[in-house]
Amino acid sequence: MFSLEGLTNSLQQWLNAHFSSTWVLVIESLLVILLAITLFAILGLVLVLMERKVAAHMQIRLGPNRVGPMGMFQTTADTLKLIMKEGLTPDGADKFLFNLAPFVVMIVAMLLLAPIPFAQNFQIWDINIGVLFVSAVSSISVIGILMAGWASNNKYSLLGAMRSGAQIVSYELSAGLSIITIVVLTGSLQLSDIVSSQQNGWWIFKGHIPAFIAFVIFIIAVTAETNRAPFDMAEAESELTAGFHTEYSGMKFALFFLAEYINIFIVCAIGATLFLGGWMPLHIGNLEGFNHIMDYIPSSVWFFGKVFFLIFLIMWFRWTFPRLRIDQLLNLEWKYLLPISMLNLLLVTIMAIMGWHF
Amino acid sequence: MNLFFLQNAVSASSAVNYLPIALQVLCAAGFVALTLGISPFLGPNRKTAEKLETYESGIHSVGNARQPVAIKYFLVAILFVLFDVEVIFFYPYAVNFRELGWNGFLAVLMFVGFFVCGFYYIIKKGALQWED
Repeated sequence: MFSLEGLTNSLQQWLNAHFSSTWVLVIESLLVILLAITLFAILGLVLVLMERKVAAHMQIRLGPNRVGPMGMFQTTADTLKLIMKEGLTPDGADKFLFNLAPFVVMIVAMLLLAPIPFAQNFQIWDINIGVLFVSAVSSISVIGILMAGWASNNKYSLLGAMRSGAQIVSYELSAGLSIITIVVLTGSLQLSDIVSSQQNGWWIFKGHIPAFIAFVIFIIAVTAETNRAPFDMAEAESELTAGFHTEYSGMKFALFFLAEYINIFIVCAIGATLFLGGWMPLHIGNLEGFNHIMDYIPSSVWFFGKVFFLIFLIMWFRWTFPRLRIDQLLNLEWKYLLPISMLNLLLVTIMAIMGWHF
Repeated sequence: MNLFFLQNAVSASSAVNYLPIALQVLCAAGFVALTLGISPFLGPNRKTAEKLETYESGIHSVGNARQPVAIKYFLVAILFVLFDVEVIFFYPYAVNFRELGWNGFLAVLMFVGFFVCGFYYIIKKGALQWED
């Protein structure tokens, strides 16, 4: 049966047999870096295509269908075009910060990839404070966005960056609180521990209604944190022309775009890991036969299936809800989501002390 | 992960455990620098004064963009700092509350009580009201 764990094990055995231990280390770290960058690029291409296809089918049209079979190479062609375009730095811009901003945004997105468990025993970096690491590092990206908006010296960019900053920091509160809900239930910050605690059922089922409320709040908060519609006033094509990346062109723009989609993938991966059991297959109580069939599906397929389901959900939001105004958005967070998630956290704590969950 | 050298680094917690992250920062920065670096060699580069002007929907830009923005944004940022510190305080509690039991819960309830007082204050003060 195909499994990433077997693949990595046999690779390591082969390397150990042929090289000395120092070289194994060097080769393996190079492999990890190469794999991470490849995954990065492929994810960007696939997600942009998926977005366009989903959007098209929701509006009863076909979407990209000329380049390659079913338009599969459309995004590759777009990337090639973007890399050949001229990357301008406007005269009025702060040159240093303007060019630093794509670095910040991309490095943050790439760092967040490290602690995510992609499949059984397949994780780049299994740190004991995984959840804290994710919520800490993800909040750095707002600095990149503010930097880009400020350095552009453009009215649209500055407005977009300000909105984006207010929005991201606000929704981080309820995202953090809903993540803590799961930490309360598992008692561990390590992402691999959280996944293995869901062996006998995903938290969204095991945690009763509070876990479900936390899941809903988490999805709303991360939609806002990644600046996706209906919370996309930071970009708001029709009023701000593109928000904080109005002035960016060519490859610098492409990097912002890529980082945005990688961030969507990462928040969905975190959501899938915390609430939907990560790479754990779906098991239903005592249905032995059903559980066995589910076990045959490789863990990586389970993981990516769940993640792409959540990504689809977020893309679905975009074509369902109209855009909010900035005051409505901040009201929603501060007056509704924050108190609700605070109460919900207390509820989960009581539930866990009483031992009411499975 | 079995394959990768990073696994050994997890059990203890010292600075050397964060070496993989340092590596990742380096290669991420390298990736960005590489893509930005090769892009000027692949296509034409003709910079003109019009091209380098700040975009403002097709008209000549008026004044400086860096004007004061609404104070509300600043207020939101300050409130975020206050509340985020409270959220961070929950992390140690969330990991340890099983040992702390009901006593710990009462302490946290008190903590949340203070939190709600502050929250009530900022709402009554109109800090979250956007229309003047």
